[in-house]
Amino acid sequence: MEIIENLALGFSVALSPYTLMLAIVGCFLGTIIGALPGLGPSNGVAILIPLTFTLGLDATSALVLMTAVYYGAMYGGRISSILLNIPGDEPALMTTLDGYPMAKSGRAGDALVISGVASFVGAFLSTIGLMLLAPMLARVAYLFGPAEYFALYLLAFCTLGGMASNNQAKAAIASCIGLGIAMIGVDNNSGMPRLTGGNLHLMDGIDFLVAIVGLFAIAEVFFFIESHGKGSAIGVKLGKVRIPWPDILATKWTMLRASGVGFIAGILPGAGASLGSFLAYMSEKSIAGENAGFGTGVAKGIAAPEAGNNAAAGGALVPMLTLGVPGSGTTAVLLALLMTLNITPGPTLFTDRPEVVWGLIASLLIANIVLLLMNVPMVKIFVRVLQVPAWVLLPGVTMISFVGIYSLSGSYFDLLLMVAFGVLGYVLRKLDIPTVPVILGILLGGNMEDALRRAMVLSDGDVTFLFSTPIAIVLWLAAIAGFVAPMFLRSVLKKPQRITD
Amino acid sequence: MASDRIFGLVVLMAALAFIASATQIQTSFLADPVGPKTFPIMIGVVAAISSLVMIFRPDPDPEWPDKPTFGALFFAMLVLISYAYALKPLGFIIPTAITAGILSYQISPRPKPAVLSGIGLSVGLFILFKFALGLGLIAFPKFLIG
Repeated sequence: MEIIENLALGFSVALSPYTLMLAIVGCFLGTIIGALPGLGPSNGVAILIPLTFTLGLDATSALVLMTAVYYGAMYGGRISSILLNIPGDEPALMTTLDGYPMAKSGRAGDALVISGVASFVGAFLSTIGLMLLAPMLARVAYLFGPAEYFALYLLAFCTLGGMASNNQAKAAIASCIGLGIAMIGVDNNSGMPRLTGGNLHLMDGIDFLVAIVGLFAIAEVFFFIESHGKGSAIGVKLGKVRIPWPDILATKWTMLRASGVGFIAGILPGAGASLGSFLAYMSEKSIAGENAGFGTGVAKGIAAPEAGNNAAAGGALVPMLTLGVPGSGTTAVLLALLMTLNITPGPTLFTDRPEVVWGLIASLLIANIVLLLMNVPMVKIFVRVLQVPAWVLLPGVTMISFVGIYSLSGSYFDLLLMVAFGVLGYVLRKLDIPTVPVILGILLGGNMEDALRRAMVLSDGDVTFLFSTPIAIVLWLAAIAGFVAPMFLRSVLKKPQRITD
Repeated sequence: MASDRIFGLVVLMAALAFIASATQIQTSFLADPVGPKTFPIMIGVVAAISSLVMIFRPDPDPEWPDKPTFGALFFAMLVLISYAYALKPLGFIIPTAITAGILSYQISPRPKPAVLSGIGLSVGLFILFKFALGLGLIAFPKFLIG
């Protein structure tokens, strides 16, 4: 039983008092970050990465802390979705559809507990799925050569662009912006500077953390200035929180099914968490039928997207850890964290550094239980966090972003770049151009080019080498299908609109 | 319509400029079959094609803010840029208090809470970063503390 041995190794890492403390701190911070309107898992994790880096934690500790924050933010996101009707990130949108009506009808406490339990079920099952599937996929990943990796990166961009955006051309532009930025700096192969315009600051390239914090955190400030922080007041009352056992028991199959759907959606490179919660909600809606009242505040309508969302979060870790290809915005941020810590995700991670992988998995299991315990009885504390006004919160987030980036390099140039990325993020989001492909492009651009060049060195310039193995052909076909299919499925996959009061 | 077309045009220009400068990349004697130029040129071409799609098949316009709000956004950007320049020479506390105060006022235009949140955030975050997280921040500029 290799898994038991590996898990034992993982728990020996994760159960040391220091790591355990980090996991609990991470869960607490994560839930707060997720609950704050205007901060979601992606930008929450993003502004914390530079700070973790300067704290000088070792790789395992930093990873445990940040994944606890990640899982915590997924839990916390439901609080602002349900009480404020403000989704912290894209996948949380589905939770607002039934969560907010239920909260308005006076059952805010029930909605919070049901979603908390659903989050637990989804995250727990998908962590077990990750445990079983990731080592298997890691063995398959050994078969991947540069040609396969090139096709895989392409697949990630295509599905991400296809699924996550309403307009393929805009998604492609976003990917190109990211890839283009990744090209800036000294070329690894020839040692020559590229596209720096002679600017010495650009010789090292543009740090992906600067881009992430700018696009996610600084852009948010501009949006709040535009809206003057309106719409972030709690409109519903939270009474005494009890555990609604009948509702939880009635939704047990919904939670299990939604976890399965979410996990599978999460595994698809590039598709990720928003597809997971969307498919989970839609499939439960069609199983329950028209009379079930989805959209009016039913327990199943809360349990399905939450379980799906959290299962997808775990599923997204599978391609991220085994292949180095993230499945969502937040896993892209986690990939940035791994790269900052000098851990290269991929099949070798499982053999070379089992303590990192299994320590991470063990701490995910622990974090989950901590989060369930924290989120059900203590939910009132986190609800209080929602009352932090936007005019304190957003300036605070900006200052933390500045200090984080400043402490990385101590250069004003990175700060200027960060502001520029903030402006870019504002414009892109206004024009409905997705920002996640930009991040993915910056993160993967170098690897993608390396894969292409190595493939061409192996084949001595023969382009057909890129389609020469069955795996590569399947990946190319999937990439094309992932990019083209949504154009025809758009009417079927139409996302429900956010409900308004 | 118009915003997508304008942005598409900007992207097209940028893509062409990107391709043009990619052709100027120096190749070294350690050449591989692909070389350092090909991939950037490929990106530029894909971006140019996508921008043409955006120009010829634009989406409906988003809701842009009105002129005063645009001014406010531009001002916020200027404030953040000057903050980036001020952080090193002027120390942490003073620029942070001013910047946080201005941003706070822009989100909710009430002077007193804005001043308080500016000062509170600046001092609070300084204590947090300096003493709890141990970052090497300087509180005040050198000429003030001698």
